[in-house]
Amino acid sequence: MEKAGSVPSAPGNPLWLLAEVTYKCPLHCVFCYNPVDYATSGKEISTEDWLRVLRQGRELGAVQLGFSGGEPLMRDDLEIMVREARSLGYYSNLITSGIGLSEKRIAAFKEGGLDHIQLSFQDSTKEMNDFLSSTRTFDLKQKVAKLIKQYEYPMVFNCVLHRHNIDHVQQILEMAEAMEAEYVELANTQYYGWAYVNRDNLLPTREQLKRAEEVTNRFRERVGNKMRIFFVVPDYYEDRPKACMNGWGALFLTVTADGLALPCHEARMLPGLDFPNVRDRDLRWIWYDSPGFNAYRGDSWMKEPCRSCPDKVKDFGGCRCQAYMLTGDATNTDPVCSLSPNHKLVTDVVDRAQLPKAPNVEVKPIVFRDDKNSRALAKAGLSNTPA
Amino acid sequence: MADDPKAPAAVADDAVFEIHPHFRFQWEPVPKTYVLLFAEGRITLPGSSGEIMKRIDGKASVRAIIDDLQAAFPGTDLRGDVVGFLEHVHGKGWIRPKRAG
Repeated sequence: MEKAGSVPSAPGNPLWLLAEVTYKCPLHCVFCYNPVDYATSGKEISTEDWLRVLRQGRELGAVQLGFSGGEPLMRDDLEIMVREARSLGYYSNLITSGIGLSEKRIAAFKEGGLDHIQLSFQDSTKEMNDFLSSTRTFDLKQKVAKLIKQYEYPMVFNCVLHRHNIDHVQQILEMAEAMEAEYVELANTQYYGWAYVNRDNLLPTREQLKRAEEVTNRFRERVGNKMRIFFVVPDYYEDRPKACMNGWGALFLTVTADGLALPCHEARMLPGLDFPNVRDRDLRWIWYDSPGFNAYRGDSWMKEPCRSCPDKVKDFGGCRCQAYMLTGDATNTDPVCSLSPNHKLVTDVVDRAQLPKAPNVEVKPIVFRDDKNSRALAKAGLSNTPA
Repeated sequence: MADDPKAPAAVADDAVFEIHPHFRFQWEPVPKTYVLLFAEGRITLPGSSGEIMKRIDGKASVRAIIDDLQAAFPGTDLRGDVVGFLEHVHGKGWIRPKRAG
C-alpha cells in the first residue's frame, strides 16, 4: 500500500506578493474573480501603507510582485509603487486591462523599472470584447498592445475563456500573434466571485473544450517557441483538484485594496479566519504566525478521503474556497476530486452545461460586475454563502 | 545573419553579450544565490553559472569574461565551460549579442 506521506506544516518564505491595489475597475467583466461584495469593502490603504508592505514582503524573500485589482491603473500612485518595487529588487508585473495606460504612464513605468505587463482581452472581436466587459474598449486595448511593444516590454496576452468566447480560440490566437505576444494565457474561467454567480452562463461544453484544445495544439505546433501558449482547463472538468496556490500559505501572499493579507485572492470569503490587516500587523507576523495563514498549512486539518490519500502532498486537497463554496465546509475535499463524496455537486453542473442550451440561460441573466450589482449581492448575503 | 539575435550561437572571442531585456539577473539575499527573473518565473543560477552571468554586461567581450574568470578561479582551463554555458543560455534566449552603437 502506498503511504500517504505528509504535507509540511512549517512554511518557507513567500515568493509571490500580489498587490490588489484597488477594487475599482472601468470594466464590468462577467467572470471577474473579485469578491461580489467588493463595493462594501473598507477604505483603500494609503501609498505609505503599500510602500511598507513592499518593503516587508521583500525582507521576507518575496521576489515576484503583481500589481492587480480591479484595474491597478485606477491608482494614480502606481508609479510611486513601481519605483519602490524596482529599488527593492522585485520583478514586477502589471496585470491590466490596459484602460488608462497612456503613453505618459507607460513611459513612467519603464523609467521606474516595471518589468512586464500582462494585458487582458475578452475576445477577438470588438463586439464580443465590448459585450463581455460591458464597455467599449476593444480599440483602446489594441492601441495599448502597440505601446507595450514600443516600450520593449514582453507581451503577456491574457484571455479568460468561457462558453461565449471559447469557440473563437483560433481568432484569439491569431490576434495575439499579430500583436507579437511572447506569452499567451488562455485561462478558462475558474468559478469564483462573479464567475461563480454566472457559472451556468459561462461553463463551456465538453465538446467546446476539446475543440479549443485541438486548435491550441495545432497553433502551438505552427508557431513553435516564438509564442508560449498556456491553456488552463476549467477545473470542473478535471477529476483531481488543482494544487491551489501551491499549498495554503506556501508561496503566495495577497494584500487586498483595503489591506487584508490573504493566502490567496479568494480567501476573504472563508468564515471564521479573521485575516489580519497590514495596517495593524507586519507581514512577518502575518506570514509565519497569524492563525489565518496557518489554518490550512500541513495536513492535520484534512478530513478523509484527503487525510490518507497519497496525492495530498501534490494537490493539498485542492481549493479551500471551492470546498467552502460548494459544500459549506472549507475543510472538506475539493469536490472537483472524483474521490470526494460531494463530487456530484460538480458533475451535476458539468452535465447541465452539456444540454443544447443550459436551462438557466433564459431565466437567469448574466450579472455584470458593477457597484450596483455588488451592493445588491452583498445586501442579499450572497457573497459568503454557498449556492 | 550576424544581426539576427536568434541565429545559432556563435560565441566568438570578441563577441559581446547582454542579458536579454525581458530577463533580469540579480543576487537574491534570502536564498543567497543569483537568479534570473522573467515573466512569471525564476531560475536559480548557483555557483559557476551565476559567476559567468554576472560578467555579462553588454561591455565585456567573451575573451575578457574568460580572462576575468580565469584570474578569479585559477588552476583549471575554464574556456570550454564558459563557451559551452554562453552557447546554452544564448540558445535559451537569456542573453543576446550586443548590437554595435
